[in-house]
Amino acid sequence: MAINEKMIEEILNKYPAKVKRNRKKHIVIRDSAQENQEIEANTRTIPGVVTNRGCAFAGCKGVVLGPLKDMVHIVHGPVGCGYYSWLTRRNKARAEDPEKNFLAYCVSTDMQESDIVFGGEKKLTRMIDEVVEILKPNAITISATCPVGLIGDDIQAVARAARAKHGVNITAYSCEGYKGVSQSAGHHIANNGLMEKIIGEGDLEEPPSKYTINILGEYNIGGDSWEVERVLNDIGYEVQVVMTGNGSYEKLKNAHVAQLNLVQCHRSINYIADMLETKYGTPWLKVNFIGIRATIESLRNMALYFGDEALIKRTEEVIERELAEIEPQLEPYKKICSGKTAFCFVGGSRGHHYQGLYEELGITTVLAGYEFAHRDDYEGRDVLPNLKTDADSKNIPDLHVTPDEGRYRLKIPVERMEELKKIIPLNDYKGMINEMVDGSIVVDDLNHYETDEFIKVLKPDLFSSGIKDKYIPQKMGVPTKQLHNYDYSGPYAGFRGAINFARDVAMGFSTPTWNFIVPPWKHNPLLEGSIEQCSDDTCVKEVGA
Amino acid sequence: MLDCTPKEIIKRSGGMINPAKTCQPIGAMYAALGIHNCLPHSHGSQGCCAYHRSHLTRHFREPVMATSSSFTEGASVFGGGGNLKTAIKNVFSIYNPDVMAVHTTCLSETIGDDLPSIIKGAEVPEGKLVIHASTPSYQGSHITGFSNMVKGMVTYLAKATRDEKKEQVNIIPGFVNPGDMREIKRLGGELGVRSIIFPDTSGVLDSPMIGKFNMFPAGGAKVEDIRDSGNSKLTIALGYYASSDSAHLLERNCQVPAITLKTPIGIKATDDFLMTLRSKFVQEIPNQLEEERGQLVDVITDNHHHFYGKKVALFGDPDILTGLTEFILSLGMQPVHVLTGTPAGTLTGSGIFEKEIKEMLAAAGHEGRVKAAGDLFELHQWIKNEPVDLLMGNTYGKYIARAEDLPFVRVGFPILDRGVHSYLPIVGYRGAMRLVEMISDTLLDRQDRDAADEDLELVM
Ligand code: SF4
Ligand code: SF4
Repeated sequence: MAINEKMIEEILNKYPAKVKRNRKKHIVIRDSAQENQEIEANTRTIPGVVTNRGCAFAGCKGVVLGPLKDMVHIVHGPVGCGYYSWLTRRNKARAEDPEKNFLAYCVSTDMQESDIVFGGEKKLTRMIDEVVEILKPNAITISATCPVGLIGDDIQAVARAARAKHGVNITAYSCEGYKGVSQSAGHHIANNGLMEKIIGEGDLEEPPSKYTINILGEYNIGGDSWEVERVLNDIGYEVQVVMTGNGSYEKLKNAHVAQLNLVQCHRSINYIADMLETKYGTPWLKVNFIGIRATIESLRNMALYFGDEALIKRTEEVIERELAEIEPQLEPYKKICSGKTAFCFVGGSRGHHYQGLYEELGITTVLAGYEFAHRDDYEGRDVLPNLKTDADSKNIPDLHVTPDEGRYRLKIPVERMEELKKIIPLNDYKGMINEMVDGSIVVDDLNHYETDEFIKVLKPDLFSSGIKDKYIPQKMGVPTKQLHNYDYSGPYAGFRGAINFARDVAMGFSTPTWNFIVPPWKHNPLLEGSIEQCSDDTCVKEVGA
Repeated sequence: MLDCTPKEIIKRSGGMINPAKTCQPIGAMYAALGIHNCLPHSHGSQGCCAYHRSHLTRHFREPVMATSSSFTEGASVFGGGGNLKTAIKNVFSIYNPDVMAVHTTCLSETIGDDLPSIIKGAEVPEGKLVIHASTPSYQGSHITGFSNMVKGMVTYLAKATRDEKKEQVNIIPGFVNPGDMREIKRLGGELGVRSIIFPDTSGVLDSPMIGKFNMFPAGGAKVEDIRDSGNSKLTIALGYYASSDSAHLLERNCQVPAITLKTPIGIKATDDFLMTLRSKFVQEIPNQLEEERGQLVDVITDNHHHFYGKKVALFGDPDILTGLTEFILSLGMQPVHVLTGTPAGTLTGSGIFEKEIKEMLAAAGHEGRVKAAGDLFELHQWIKNEPVDLLMGNTYGKYIARAEDLPFVRVGFPILDRGVHSYLPIVGYRGAMRLVEMISDTLLDRQDRDAADEDLELVM
């Protein structure tokens, strides 16, 4: 069913007036006739509304820092935050040296009441000492949780002192959960820290190969990055570091040598992408390795950037080979999926990225949105100059970097860069809305009530989101797909990933379980028996009615 | 796997590495879900609420609905009263529960928000209730949080409205699965004793698929029943750590005598539970339960050679461990390491965990390492120093199991990598039978896996 403003109005009418005014601005019906459709995003969550959003700590430690495998990530605070961010995101890592892989470790200072009253700096210092002595990581991060800032623990000073004492890179992140309005604040804080204190620490001066790249905003969920790297390596690229899936301190500190940075998740890593350009002159290219067409386009754009005939040719060869492998496998799944509709509500980039893959399977995305993205992720980076900073974003300082005197290098001539910008998304992202079909809905920070109502109106065949809302549509008989953690499957990226995804989605549609929801006695009331046994007229009517 | 954990144990004091506990609010949220028509609310920044919902959802594979006060920096500096009042208004107009159960987080506790007065000043619609519990995460554990929310239920809801007590029993089941709460209720029912069980997450977090989503499913303890708990003749607190504080509060407030028993895991603890009901309510134990008990003893006898004498390492929540250790001993197995992350002495009266378990071990003629406020890093080191035949605990144990190549039985909270467990009990005779099956199958699967071709046997 097509949706219109009036229907949205009716859904919102249940809200108290203030909530209604607020939420209205976060919902847009796509209409390509209008230029620049605006949406409100990255503003405060309304208290008392069932949201999917998390906090700055989750964005910093959970998303950006956590996947770096050869570092110990100390969480300074009471035990919970560290506990919940321990192995729960499926950011896979394989270590060259198993004694330098700390992903299975959760290190928390487990602050007690006395630490809250008298300060927790001493305990944090002891924890760092113990980590250095027992675990011997290549580097350490310290992330603050809610109470730390309030009680005035100076984690930056503790980190500095410990770094001096142990001679190990130790960085601190003041990512208390109340900062900003969502995980997004934490991404920014983590980006600043990595850029300021780690990237560039290494002493590599030259790229290790002709086509050296970094992949930014790729967290190797379910092994995505490995599938992408398989193809990239085959074409001839050398990946210096992935930020941050399966990434490491050892690789990250030399990220400055790359000739190109790929940006997969724009939201969580665009700060580093921009700063790398300013500091080292490395442009970034917005890529999308989710979906076959998007993957092909990304590969071709990369080849265009380097502009080398052999590389372009090799790219086409690999694409052809991969397609030949997967296309026949995809067919049976397409048959099952074709003609279906989906909701696609995910963090800060996947709400967009998966729409293309759905389309390839014949599934139309009728509603999409982000949990914590900003307006540029919806409307494109052209909107950036118009964004006002509000009280919440002001709390997260921008890091101002300047060109590195020794290492700044123009990677390609200015004119060529300008030419390329016209044909490939260099240093640019066009956002989600532009690519959506007319009449579909875009919802920012979709909450439970709206989920419920939109499902009733639009009756999607598939609901894709996260763990917190997974089981709600499922209870209604709507198949679900977790796009944060892939329901423990994957990889979904690249060519082979598309097959895994198609298989999993088709499985959701085909599982026989949906046929059993209504028990047979509900279809088939005890008509005959009741009528015979009941002599009273009214009784017969009731039973038969 | 866990290759960075050395065998040599160095004393640490900087906090936890691989904790065996989590923070209070998740326990409070879980307890609140055990009230019918209740929406839990987390008063703090929204990250806590998101984490707790995710973790509970992963354990139960069910929707877990809760709201947050969504603090921003301003609220953290000036207090979250405004946020809570807005939340209360929104919750009742949008979701319309009967009860909103607010718990605090480390943030609102550190700020020192005064919840009772904020709630008093809020617009709460006629006939609706807002209850609260203080759950600072820098004390105790998720078990403490559960206990505190149950105390909140007693404080706000339970009333003694008559002089003479009714022939009914209150049962506080502790932090166990809905499948366990269901079984505890069934046991009471089989005995014919009217029981008020609260909190009760059965029918909420094990709700059936009916083709429709109910934000407030059919299950949960009814508010009028929790109110009426003040008129009961007796309260049985199952589990010292999760349940005894609220039972004693009910005793003080409403003069309902309280008895604390072990979580009824295994024969002895289930016997104790039934014997207590029998003596207080002068009921005969029905045949059905005697038969179940007999079946349990029968399967243990039939299968004892599969597990007798095996060494076990156990970790998890203190009340579960106390019952489980007793049962493991009744199977003739040897618990050599028993560890909980929950501190022993956070509740009134000093910790009994270590003492109780050590006494059980001593009575069985065993020695073992027992620790409260421990972590899994240490448990792993213990195992490296004194190997075991079997590991039992929550999902996090799978890493140790793999590192040390140990058979592993999942029991407790959270279990994030397997389904169905939360629907089925480990309490009562039937729950014990299920445990026997899990333990012996796990050990036998391992034996089969490792057997040479010529040693693989059809009949075992
Ligand atoms: S901030 Fe405190 S209450 Fe929230 S998850 Fe962390 S430890 Fe738990
Ligand atoms: S890909 Fe999405 S979920 Fe992952 S970090 Fe980026 S915004 Fe978050």
